[in-house]
Amino acid sequence: MRERLVVIGNGMAGIRVVEEILKRDSHRYEILIFGSEQEPAYDRIMLSSVLSGEKRMDEIIIHSLDWYEQNGIRLVTGREAVSLERKSKIVHTDDGGRIPYDKLILATGANAVFLNVPGKNLHGVLVYRSHLDVQEMIAISRQKKRAVVIGGGLLGLEAAHGLVKQGMDVTVVHIFDTLMDRQLDFVSGKMLKQALEDRGIKFLMPKTTKSLVSDETGWVRAVRFQDGTEIEAELMVVTVGILPRIDLALRSGLNCQRGIVVDDYMGTSDPAILAVGECVEHRGATYGLVAPLYEMARTCAEVLTEVPGKDVTDSRRLQQSHALQPYKVTPYKGSTTSAKLKVVGVDMFSAGKHTGDPWTEDIIIQDHFLGIYKKLVVRENRIVGIVLYGDTEDATWYFQMLKESRDISDIRDRVIFGRAIVNSKSDQTPGLSAALTNEMEVCGCNGVCKGAIVQAIQSLRLTSLEEVRAHTKASASCGSCTPLVKDILLSTLGPGSEISPTREGICACTQASAEDIREAIRAQHLLTIEAVMTALSWKSPEGCSTCRPALNYYLLSEFSGEYRDHFRSRFVNERLHANIQKDGTYSVVPRMWGGLTSPSELRAIADVADKYGIPTVKVTGGQRIDLLGVKKEDLPGVWRDLNAAGMVSGHAYGKALRTVKTCVGSEWCRFGVQDSTTMGVRLEKMTWGTWTPHKVKLAASGCPRNCAEATIKDLGVVAVDSGWEIHVGGNGGMKVRVADLLCKVKTQEEVLEYTGAFLQLYRKEAHYLERTAHWIERVGIAFVKEKLIQDPEGRKCLYREFLESQESSQVDPWAALSASRADLKEFVTFNMLEAEA
Amino acid sequence: MNFEVSTEPAHGSQDWFRVGRLSDISVQGARVALLPQGRVAIFRTQSGEIFAIEDECPHRQGPLSEGLVHEYSVTCPLHGWRFDLRTGEAAFPDKACVKSYEVRIDGDFIFVALGPNRFK
Repeated sequence: MRERLVVIGNGMAGIRVVEEILKRDSHRYEILIFGSEQEPAYDRIMLSSVLSGEKRMDEIIIHSLDWYEQNGIRLVTGREAVSLERKSKIVHTDDGGRIPYDKLILATGANAVFLNVPGKNLHGVLVYRSHLDVQEMIAISRQKKRAVVIGGGLLGLEAAHGLVKQGMDVTVVHIFDTLMDRQLDFVSGKMLKQALEDRGIKFLMPKTTKSLVSDETGWVRAVRFQDGTEIEAELMVVTVGILPRIDLALRSGLNCQRGIVVDDYMGTSDPAILAVGECVEHRGATYGLVAPLYEMARTCAEVLTEVPGKDVTDSRRLQQSHALQPYKVTPYKGSTTSAKLKVVGVDMFSAGKHTGDPWTEDIIIQDHFLGIYKKLVVRENRIVGIVLYGDTEDATWYFQMLKESRDISDIRDRVIFGRAIVNSKSDQTPGLSAALTNEMEVCGCNGVCKGAIVQAIQSLRLTSLEEVRAHTKASASCGSCTPLVKDILLSTLGPGSEISPTREGICACTQASAEDIREAIRAQHLLTIEAVMTALSWKSPEGCSTCRPALNYYLLSEFSGEYRDHFRSRFVNERLHANIQKDGTYSVVPRMWGGLTSPSELRAIADVADKYGIPTVKVTGGQRIDLLGVKKEDLPGVWRDLNAAGMVSGHAYGKALRTVKTCVGSEWCRFGVQDSTTMGVRLEKMTWGTWTPHKVKLAASGCPRNCAEATIKDLGVVAVDSGWEIHVGGNGGMKVRVADLLCKVKTQEEVLEYTGAFLQLYRKEAHYLERTAHWIERVGIAFVKEKLIQDPEGRKCLYREFLESQESSQVDPWAALSASRADLKEFVTFNMLEAEA
Repeated sequence: MNFEVSTEPAHGSQDWFRVGRLSDISVQGARVALLPQGRVAIFRTQSGEIFAIEDECPHRQGPLSEGLVHEYSVTCPLHGWRFDLRTGEAAFPDKACVKSYEVRIDGDFIFVALGPNRFK
């Protein structure tokens, strides 16, 4: 019999835990969920959008009732859990029911704090917490005019914005003189107030509410303040904070303080009971935002699915046994939270300490005219607080540095100007585009000079990067000139101008980002390109040449054995297993493992070149032989002959492992300290055939002289006396990037393990067409280290996944294709086929 | 030129060339026919319709027959110019056009019209 898991709370935390459990082990538990609201779970964060009329209630449902049914989950609504009999593991419900459990999760959330003043029970006084509250507000807004929102925090401002959208006259009353005082400082608070006033919201602050005044029918009529003044109000919304809902836990004798006390494994004082979400207190902190709740849910699900048949919820035992048996549970260590206001057109972001103390310094930019304010609170050269107003483009980047506690001393002089300036410092200084003449080339990929961009911007009145890309093709290929193009756009438009924000979707067919797509594929187990397009409401039924290859890759990397590759969504190089050249002919590169070859292979290559009249034979940058100028119809013959000589290829042209470059290492070289050739051969044999977000190049050098140039490869290993250094994220292409040192290991086996794990992480995490260098610049090397070094168990798991997916992908497409006559028809032109028949 | 094409009786004032079988072109794929006018790419869309256009991108002469087909468009594999299979016109903002040819299906055979009475 399956174990019984009872979840109390059908909100965002409860549902997330269940999703995470199902993802890991959908058969482990028989699940029952208590929900105090009548509906299936919905996205509470989106209530603001419902109130403002931007979304309908049915658009924010997380899972329909079908989902519960399909996953065999019982959803109990309209009945409440009133107490727990912990000894015999039974939940008592308010109608006298008794529901037994093996494991219990408390996800009871929080209640809105109510104002304790006379008149609080009048009609027309609401909190802002559930969808019923929102419905009631909308209903009242149809009949009444004047609304007062008490509380100028995140929630209050969103409520006020929504009520204005519903046509009400709204005044926000706040007890302090700064709006969102938990997130903003005085300056940014003032700018926010101005922006919201422009959107029709009025403010009274600082003001403390004393009582509520009733009309003759018992409906609220006015709010009276401590200073004796009054304001008329027909609807009053109280948004002064939330309190963890712990009554059930308290009554059941669980250890509670402000919230239900949990450890790093989400365990409560009862080994059979875990708790997650707003109801918990972890290391003294309670949370009211969604990100921490998701992190808690993951840990909770890991604890509940990791070790079958053991009571791992006893975290003390778990920790003790950790050394003996490595669990895959990632302990929850608390969250650094950030806040964004969901009011259209108001860009603000805040995280960490928003005001300084005697031990911190502030770095500030402020421009009232542009409406921009940026502040970084810094302690010992590390960012501990971020306040951004008006320009939040770099929010994620700053936030990442804050979370990583990165030392910023090397970029401190320009960090406040943002990521583009910091990253471009080596080849551009701010505003460098001004120093370019009109004839100078900006975009090397598409050969676009500055003059052409400026002219297009002026004559076509372009205002966004997207438009500039569409009309000039500048920055439309590799993107390395994007900061420069942006700068040209800004300086052409003139001071005080704004660049229209770039669309988020991966192409014009969709609003979905790469992350949205991966999430949907994973969560809904989508197995075809069409299914992804349907699930994410694609605008064009068959997609385009940008999204189709991307979707094909995301599906392939997620379900490598299960997904059926969509041939027609592949670029010609991958379809024909050859590299298309400028004149429409192809080039073929037979694989030479680790760069090694033999007289017989060379003879076979020479024979093929003669037989098919191949005009150019060249050694590539990756130490292989390139046969250039092969006609399409000759490709099958070329493959067949090379195959007969024992050579494979097929992936040497794709978004896949290209080559592993080597030096001769200790076998021949008088400096070599390790056998880099064997290392290279082993690496190539392990990694060939894998599909990756972009092409991948590896190298192995036999000593620190690094003749294989391993430190500008996607992954390079360099031998040292004691073993191997592993470097990742290098690039010798468009913009040279020296790889980051990942770690040092002793044996070849370890090199293979780290390489497989690294590639698997890259395959799972990077956007399609994102090289490792760009990916690491986006996520930070610390992220990679966290996954591969701090978490040895996770690394082994990634390595296993990599090897497993290789089982189905190390197929030589040359052999496969030249064996199948039907597919070869594609290679001949129509009339030649007819002549043959 | 060293190839054969069969000429069917004229329909109206067009010369129709039988270029191959419908079943030899996969969905969202293309085949090339060598015709007196040069290389003609014959496409089969997801919807099952057949279109014929010149196989050469006016930008850098890329083989359009190797491009990715989506709805009524094909994207050139060399530099991403996109053409409408129905008209041969390049998509905004590029300004270019490749020749497009009328197509007729008879049984499993595809016929392409190569302009008015070229050889008469």
